[in-house]
Amino acid sequence: MEPIKTLTASAVPLRAENVDTDQIIPARFLTAVTKAGMGDGLFSSWRYNPDGSPKPDFPLNKPEYKDGKILIAGRNFGSGSSREHAVWALTEYGFRAVITSGFADIFYNNSLKNGLLLVALPEETVNMLLDLVEEDPETQITVDLASQTVTLPDGQQLGFPIDPFRKICLLEGVDDLGYIMKQADAIATYEAVPAY
Amino acid sequence: MGKTLFEKVWEPHVVAQDPGAPAILYVDAHLIHEVTSPQAFSMLRERGLPVRRPDKTFATMDHAIPTRIGVDISLWPADAATQVRTLRENCHDFGITLWDIEGDVQGIVHIVGPEMGVTQPGMTIVCGDSHTSTHGAFGALAFGIGTSEVGHVLASQCLLQKKPKTFAINVEGELGLGITAKDIILAIIAKNGAGGGAGYVFEYRGSAIRKLDMASRMTICNMSIEGGARAGMIAPDETTFEYMKGRPFAPKGEQWDKAVAYWKTLVTDDDAAFDRTLTLDASQLAPMVTYGTNPGQGLYVTSNIPLAEEIEDPSERRSLLSAMEYMGLKPGQPIEGQQVDIVFIGSCTNGRIEDLREAAKIAKGKKVADNVQALVVPGSKAIKAQAEAEGLDVIFTEAGFEWRGAGCSMCLAMNDDKAGAGKYVASTSNRNFQGRQGPGSRSLLMSPIMAAAAALNGKVVDVRELL
Ligand code: SF4
Repeated sequence: MEPIKTLTASAVPLRAENVDTDQIIPARFLTAVTKAGMGDGLFSSWRYNPDGSPKPDFPLNKPEYKDGKILIAGRNFGSGSSREHAVWALTEYGFRAVITSGFADIFYNNSLKNGLLLVALPEETVNMLLDLVEEDPETQITVDLASQTVTLPDGQQLGFPIDPFRKICLLEGVDDLGYIMKQADAIATYEAVPAY
Repeated sequence: MGKTLFEKVWEPHVVAQDPGAPAILYVDAHLIHEVTSPQAFSMLRERGLPVRRPDKTFATMDHAIPTRIGVDISLWPADAATQVRTLRENCHDFGITLWDIEGDVQGIVHIVGPEMGVTQPGMTIVCGDSHTSTHGAFGALAFGIGTSEVGHVLASQCLLQKKPKTFAINVEGELGLGITAKDIILAIIAKNGAGGGAGYVFEYRGSAIRKLDMASRMTICNMSIEGGARAGMIAPDETTFEYMKGRPFAPKGEQWDKAVAYWKTLVTDDDAAFDRTLTLDASQLAPMVTYGTNPGQGLYVTSNIPLAEEIEDPSERRSLLSAMEYMGLKPGQPIEGQQVDIVFIGSCTNGRIEDLREAAKIAKGKKVADNVQALVVPGSKAIKAQAEAEGLDVIFTEAGFEWRGAGCSMCLAMNDDKAGAGKYVASTSNRNFQGRQGPGSRSLLMSPIMAAAAALNGKVVDVRELL
């Protein structure tokens, strides 16, 4: 996993609540046995017409948002399926961070394992950011993990919470499996004792 | 202070925990399927790791496979065939039990686990699928994980997990005629919101829950994830033990007695505290139908879709309006009488034999309305065989329903069972997300008897009028 520390980029506004994993990547894109190519399916039903042509109104298709690396969306983002394909689709497309007022649990866990930074801010703040990037798509937003802040062009800083352990893992690129495997002895001891 | 059921299962499974870090949680049973496992096995191969406990991992195929009976794999879509072959190869290479489509056990992963007795009270159970919450109906702690985590469990039989909070959902009172477990859970989600359970484990309690059979308990726990909770649990009792006895992987003989004695301790103590509580009066429920594009957008069949001005929260209002646009419905309109084009009876929520029996009672001797396509997809091969032994397949086919093989089918429309754009689907599955049942499809979630009634009438009706 590539560690992610700080990121300054423009953002893409997605004014929708409860963006579920079926919207992020519809089931028909889950047929692969590898991770490659998921970015093409990202938000497929919102992004493309049935004939495959792009829908001009969808933010990802607007030229002014083409370089956005931060996605800003409404509450309860990533609800639904456990498919990690949703995270692979976002990262392969080029997103490095998602800002919203709340994430679904499994999506949150999956994102951490793929270096996608998730920033939860109060709903009013998220709405303010949506207004801001809709008014000026060039707005540069800085997300800094070490200081747990989002910085706006006018210097305004907004703090966001993150689990301290997860923060270290992300900053240092620690992988869960390596961490768990250090406890191989404890696992073996545990396995030797019957449950009842 | 006493402990909750969740704490009684969580605590003994913590193998190790550094201060300030999540727990390393031991996994007793790991279920896998063809769609979310291939990349996890690739990771093992890249790192040269074995599967630590192949005896605790069980595989089946359900998501991508065609459910048209008698279609040979050589005629399947190439992608689905590749996923199935990849799973076979992975299970063979790593020594994992596979309930293959060619055997008698195959079915939806959350249906075959309990059927085989793999699912047991007090266990931790995970699967690369969010509806793993189903297994909580046995008093297990069961939740969905991503593919990276599938890899972690294969390699270490453990997961790094942050302890969730607890949420008691009390359902008290008698259920009225025609009110099912599906109506209970849809009502809970409508009340608490699709994201309302995030960070919590639900425990369903109360007199109405205690009276439910295992199939109904599974329906409720299954949709915990639709309420935002990763897991839902119900304390095991005689109903649970009765269901489990004699299943292939259930304990036998002396071990059975020991197990039951232990399982009986898995109840929330009277003086235990929950972080949150919600109470629902079961006697007040009417059949539920969803009208929107998240499972929290549900109402009684006798009610009207809310008007935008009735919703205070601006985000929820926006969510209603965008759902109405997608669904082609109008705020304020009654849901009863809404036209239906397709009916899907199946899925890990409502594809069990009990569901099919109830739906068949409604369909018996009647005809599916003209212009309605109706599918019945049993959740497993065992259910299919049982239904055929009881003649349910004949009742359904005579009424004009299609009778299919076991799998997920139109619950997620990965195979060729797709509802067309703009079509209304009366569905017994669990998600009404945009396009979930085919690009552009519009799902109305409801119970199996409500779906059967919709099939006969070509529109949403109150099934209680047919009882
Ligand atoms: S039936 Fe539907 S919800 Fe259940 S496992 Fe299959 S796709 Fe998922």
